[in-house]
Amino acid sequence: MRFGVVRFPGSNCEQDVIHAVRHLGLEADYIWHGDTDLGGFDAIVLPGGFSYGDYIRCGAVARFSPVMAEVVRFAEAGGPVMGICNGFQILTEAHLLPGALLRNVGLKFICHSQLLRVEKSVCQWLDLPEGTVVDIPVNHNEGNYICDPETLARLQDNGQIVVRYCEVDGSVKADSAPNGALDNIAGICNERGNVFGLMPHPERVVDPMCSGTDGVAFFTSIVERLASV
Amino acid sequence: MPRYEIHVTYKKGIFDPPGATAERALQNLGYGEVNSVKIGKYVQLDVAEGTDEARVREMCDKLLANPVIEDYRVELVEEA
Repeated sequence: MRFGVVRFPGSNCEQDVIHAVRHLGLEADYIWHGDTDLGGFDAIVLPGGFSYGDYIRCGAVARFSPVMAEVVRFAEAGGPVMGICNGFQILTEAHLLPGALLRNVGLKFICHSQLLRVEKSVCQWLDLPEGTVVDIPVNHNEGNYICDPETLARLQDNGQIVVRYCEVDGSVKADSAPNGALDNIAGICNERGNVFGLMPHPERVVDPMCSGTDGVAFFTSIVERLASV
Repeated sequence: MPRYEIHVTYKKGIFDPPGATAERALQNLGYGEVNSVKIGKYVQLDVAEGTDEARVREMCDKLLANPVIEDYRVELVEEA
């Protein structure tokens, strides 16, 4: 099981992802955004950062990086792809996930630990019981998820909402989202469950030396799933 | 050389945090007559002769605007 982590100009969390995956005893290596093949990796991660300086819109330019055509092909063939933060924004711009991410309500860049409620979903990347509360840091300026009402209904009906911002007791209140995200959505997946995008950073809470281990399942679930196939 | 001007704005119903903040700020500054502020983007595009509006709209759909959240207006301001 090898994780490929795409490095775009302006990515800044790719080393964290590599460290997290290797810390779990798994293999990981970089993929350059200009490459036109994915090097046989089993799972692809689009890391956080500010690809192309967030110019035009977050992820709008990165989605046309040469490697993205391959990422789209890989995802459409059922290959597992996870986009974290800027990676999530890139996945929406690439139309691998529906909706878009707007500026945070209040225009504040947010950077703090954040409680998330795991929802019952078809996501292949997260195999935690519904209602589990995990503490995963957020670090973004454009995490305000939005989509049209039909898309939201589809996300709900298909079990594509994977994690929501929540309170300490796991309840989800109208204002639980620190960024104004629609329906408190922190992460969604595609219908098939192989493409997953989320604003919080699970790679930062994998090594106990760095404030927690709640992010571990975000990397191990897919490994167990692929091993059992 | 033809010049196109493009205005990109949020679609109706999409909350515009910078616009809402500017709206509140103006009202706080005493401009009570301000009812609404929307903030968008302006793109000036100089293109080769013979580039038609359909081609420019294609550029908007692909890169300059995100049709999920944004509308755009294209205007030819200088003829070839």
